[in-house]
Amino acid sequence: MSAHNIVPFHVYRNVLLALLALTVLTVLVAKPVSGFDAGIFNFVIAMAIASVKAGLVLAFFMQLKYDNKLFLVIIVSTVFFLALLFGICTIDILTRPALTSTL
Amino acid sequence: MNTVNRTAGEYAHHFENADHEFETSKFGIWLFLCTEVLMFGGLFVAYFLFSNLYPETFVEGAKYLDWKYGAINTAVLLLSSFTMVLGIYYAQNNNTKKCVTSLSITLVCGFIFMFIKYLEYAHKIEMGLLPGEMFSFAEAQSSNLGLYFSVYYMMTGLHGSHVLVGMGLIFWCILRARKGEFNSKYYTPIECVGLFWHLVDLIWIYLFPLLYLID
Repeated sequence: MSAHNIVPFHVYRNVLLALLALTVLTVLVAKPVSGFDAGIFNFVIAMAIASVKAGLVLAFFMQLKYDNKLFLVIIVSTVFFLALLFGICTIDILTRPALTSTL
Repeated sequence: MNTVNRTAGEYAHHFENADHEFETSKFGIWLFLCTEVLMFGGLFVAYFLFSNLYPETFVEGAKYLDWKYGAINTAVLLLSSFTMVLGIYYAQNNNTKKCVTSLSITLVCGFIFMFIKYLEYAHKIEMGLLPGEMFSFAEAQSSNLGLYFSVYYMMTGLHGSHVLVGMGLIFWCILRARKGEFNSKYYTPIECVGLFWHLVDLIWIYLFPLLYLID
C-alpha cells in the first residue's frame, strides 16, 4: 500500500453522517434525556456507542484502515497500558481496608 | 532554517525517500498520541473510581450540566474532524484553495467549541459550581459535590487546552498552505496536525456521555 492513499470524498462524508447519527443515538438512549433505562447496562451502551464512534474516527479519519499496520501496534499497546492503569488502580481501591482508608 | 525544499519533493538525507520521511513523521506522532491517551487515562481512571465510590455525587453533578451544549459541541468537533480530513484530501489533489478553505472551517469549529465551553464555564462559575475547596454552591445535596466538579474541570480543561493548541497548529498549517507549500507530494504537517486533532475529537467522544449523560 502506498504511503499516500487518497480516500474518495464520499467515504469521508458517509463516516461523518454515521458519526452524527451515532451521536443522536447516544443522546436518545440517555436516561436524563429520554427516560430510557436499561439499568446497569446504560453505562455499557453509552460506552459501546462511543467505542464504535472512536473506531470510525481511527479507521477512516486517522487512516488506520489504509495505513502502515505498525501504527495499529502502537494503538493496541496504548490500550494495553491503559487497561493496566485502570486495572491496577481499581485493585488498589477495592482492596484497601475500610478502616484505614483515607478516601 | 530548513534548507530541504519538501514542496519540490526533496527529503532529508538520512531517509531513503520522501515516503520514508512521511511514514517516519507519522510514526512519531502516533507514539506521541499514545502518551497523550495515557495522560488523559489518569483522569479517566479518577472519573471511573470516584464515580463508583460516590455514584449519587456524580449523578447530581451531571444534572448541572446541560446535555444540549455537550451535544452541539460533539457535532461541532465531528464536523471539524471531517473538514480536517478534507484539508488533507484537497492537498493530495493539489487544490490549495479548497485545502485552505477546509482548514479554515476547522479553525472556526475550534472557536465555536471554545465559545460554547466558555458559556458553560461562565454559568457554573457564577453559580459557585467550582472544583474542590472553591466549591460554594449552597443547594448541593451531596457533601462532596465539589469532587465531581474537580473531575469535570480537570477533564474538560485539559481537553480544552488541547483544542487551543490544535487551533494554533491548524492556523500554522493554513499560513503554510496559503504560501503553496503543500501538494500531493508533501503535506506531512497537515497529516500530523490532523492526527492530533482527531485524537482531541476521540477524547471528547468519550467525555460527552461520561460527563453529560450519566443517570
